[in-house]
Amino acid sequence: MDTALEHVGKGDLVNPSGHATEAALASPLGTITETICRIVERPKPPKAWYVAFAFTTSATLMMFGMIGYLISTGVGVWGNNVPIGWAWDITNFVFWVGIGHAGTLISAVLFVFRQNWRTSINRSAEAMTIFAVCCAGVFPAVHVGRVWAVYWLFPYPNQMRMWPNFRSPLLWDVFAISTYATVSILFWYMGMIPDLATLRDRGVTKFRRMSYGLLALGWRGSARHWHRYERAYLILAGLATPLVLSVHSVVSFDFATSVIPGWHTTIFPPYFVAGAIFSGFAMVVTLMVPARRFFGLKNILTMDHIDNMNKVILATGCMVGYAYSIEFFTAWYSGNGFERFAFLNRAFGPYYWAYWSMVSCNVLAPQVFWSRYCRRSVWVMMPIVILVNIGMWFERFVIVVTSLSRDFLPSSWGYFRPTFVDVLTLVGSFGLFLTLFLLFVRLLPMVAMAEVKAVSAHHEPKHHDHGSLLPSGPVELVTAPAV
Amino acid sequence: MSESTPKPDALPDPIVSSEASSSVVAPLYGLVAEFVSDEELIGAARCLRDAGYTRWDVFSPYPIHGIDQAMGIRPTRLPWFVLVAGLTGGVLAILMQWWTNAVDYQFLISGKPLFSLPANIPVTFEVIILFSAFTTFLGMLVLNRLAEFHHPLFSSERFARVTSDRFAIVVEASDPIFNDTSTRELLDDAGSLEVEECRFSGESPAIPKQIIVALAFIGLLAIVPPALVAKARASKSDQPPIRIDLGMSRQPKLKPQTLTSVFADGREQRLPVIGTVSRGGKQTDDHFYRGKIAGGAWAKGLPMPATPELIRRGQDRFKIYCMTCHGLAGYGDGPTAKRAEQLQEGTWVPPASMHADHVKAQPDGELFNTITNGIRNMMGYGGRIPPEDRWAIVLYVRALQRSQGAKLTDVPADVTPTPK
Repeated sequence: MDTALEHVGKGDLVNPSGHATEAALASPLGTITETICRIVERPKPPKAWYVAFAFTTSATLMMFGMIGYLISTGVGVWGNNVPIGWAWDITNFVFWVGIGHAGTLISAVLFVFRQNWRTSINRSAEAMTIFAVCCAGVFPAVHVGRVWAVYWLFPYPNQMRMWPNFRSPLLWDVFAISTYATVSILFWYMGMIPDLATLRDRGVTKFRRMSYGLLALGWRGSARHWHRYERAYLILAGLATPLVLSVHSVVSFDFATSVIPGWHTTIFPPYFVAGAIFSGFAMVVTLMVPARRFFGLKNILTMDHIDNMNKVILATGCMVGYAYSIEFFTAWYSGNGFERFAFLNRAFGPYYWAYWSMVSCNVLAPQVFWSRYCRRSVWVMMPIVILVNIGMWFERFVIVVTSLSRDFLPSSWGYFRPTFVDVLTLVGSFGLFLTLFLLFVRLLPMVAMAEVKAVSAHHEPKHHDHGSLLPSGPVELVTAPAV
Repeated sequence: MSESTPKPDALPDPIVSSEASSSVVAPLYGLVAEFVSDEELIGAARCLRDAGYTRWDVFSPYPIHGIDQAMGIRPTRLPWFVLVAGLTGGVLAILMQWWTNAVDYQFLISGKPLFSLPANIPVTFEVIILFSAFTTFLGMLVLNRLAEFHHPLFSSERFARVTSDRFAIVVEASDPIFNDTSTRELLDDAGSLEVEECRFSGESPAIPKQIIVALAFIGLLAIVPPALVAKARASKSDQPPIRIDLGMSRQPKLKPQTLTSVFADGREQRLPVIGTVSRGGKQTDDHFYRGKIAGGAWAKGLPMPATPELIRRGQDRFKIYCMTCHGLAGYGDGPTAKRAEQLQEGTWVPPASMHADHVKAQPDGELFNTITNGIRNMMGYGGRIPPEDRWAIVLYVRALQRSQGAKLTDVPADVTPTPK
């Protein structure tokens, strides 16, 4: 990371050569502001950003092309066919929704549990949630066949005098995902208002001041406003916590409320939620470890925070491993021949390769995180978290496809093979996700500056009172010069 | 807190451009005291609170722990609004699901009950969260009076650092106990770095013209679709509906009676190839198909052997097709005939009794022809009854005719009932 800033920052925080001044460094708050705002305030992003953006945009366009092909030609361009009516489409949907859940967990659940270390990652994690939900929402929309009629899913008065079926988990999904997307966006935006005000006040060009000013809604940092803001933040966090649990439970109901062996089991809601947190945290680590190095955020997003995230990955990985074994036990204990077969088929049937990839990536790989060294070593954790994401994709694939390919009647069994459209759509969805993330990194503050400042207070507060609802307690802030 | 009597505040001078006269200044909004750290803020806030100031505020880049109590801020009512909104959302969601699925559009699916609380909980829960979240966000904005893009404090350069790394306390000039000197003294004593005046700027807080023009333009454009919809709903059209996508209506096949360029004569419908014979289409057997013999005279006798099974078949078919007018015994007293007589009040020509002499005298082929093509009020049944069945009916009619004129000696011995 190099290139001196071409403009002088506000006041006396930045000198002409582009480095933070003594005054700024003397104030840890100024350092935080500088470090984060500088990323957004560069007149032009670094060349690497353009290269990455070119790749991701191409992938996104490819995805749109594949979807266009799908809509104009029909679902037959995928490999889905009887008996496997759901394959990569639903796998990808559940995969992306699961990734999104980590962001809400970091934002909301860790806030409710007063984990101050979340402040370095929560903004990016929430952004990741929203972009993941965008990618997720594409798949159920386009897999229906008559995509131009998806608006029928919503209960609006119509000339057909018909209403949607509220007893169906597929419709619960519609409401859950829509609510999740909406609430995530509200939470993310509300959290950004103070930081957008910072960017507004530091804005050099009129265009920047107007744009950030419009989004900042006139925020001034008034304590009376902060009071209501903190209350609203806590309420939203308290709402988002049961929301994130409910959303992935509802997604799991798509399977659990059916009668297919391997699907019809009550463990699905907690199992899916744990898996979602698992894959989501892995994606957060995948994104944030390079980001902190690339954008010089090491002082704010410290190795302690990464350590904590890897601990969460280990914990949820163990939960997922437990779920795998208890499923086998339940299948055996039930005495139900179909259920028993479904699980033996997963491990030893034609999809054994997917099953064992899943187990090794999800259960075995994260075990290295018992070691403190491994949790804190970038070269160890990066491959592991990528394996976790791959493993979690395979988990959804195994759940969806193996149960469908061999259910009750052997004469109905089949084998699914993906087509190039399946594959390119999945790859393209990563392109969409990363494109949105690159845009976010370029245009918006990627760390919650106000929250980091709040938890990095040097002194113990003398009085605990009911007014301020911030979790108390100082966090060490290393005031080294920003790179 | 000093006990000096506050000077009576002069009314602010009217705003004149600052170049015109240096003696006229914009009215004072308040005093802005800059602080470097938050340690002094709590103490300063307490001072101001205890002094009785009401129109003042503390500004910081992050919420300061303990400032609410130091300032005497009362807890906000926002949570109550959220509670009410959440409950409203829950009730609305339950009502919606109940009314749409159990009242207005009932249909059975998978044997599930029309209204069942467990099935309706997920959507209800999500709607509660949705309503609560919107109320939280919008309520916070409304109670804070955001969005407020124009505020006197934005004109202060010093104040701009409040969102970054500095703190400020602002006391408004409109506060009842505001006094230029004593308030300034108070703020100085509290540990502020600098105290400066903040004045209302001369500009009026109007939305820039370009934005108004843009919004007006968008607003006008936005009226167009609903207007078109309203026009369409109010008028009739003889054109087929406009469809954005024809979906399965657009099938690449030829529909009957359309034009096509595939054939020279342009017709979609083609005649069969010359020499094509349909199955059963030849119908060369005159006796079987038309009840005639060579020469055109009516055939006598059946074209197939008369068996008890055939008679039973004929009876079965007679009861289905013929009985309703002709009656069970063929006298023409079936329920339809009786009703027709009733309705037509004497103008109805009844079916001929099958036991009339002229009917008994008809050859079998002529009977067959009557069944096939109809006679007088009776329609032809040739399209409904296959030829075999028609001959069976003919056989049964003959049996009926014999039965009505039979004597006891005609009955076979093994079925003669023993008189009691």
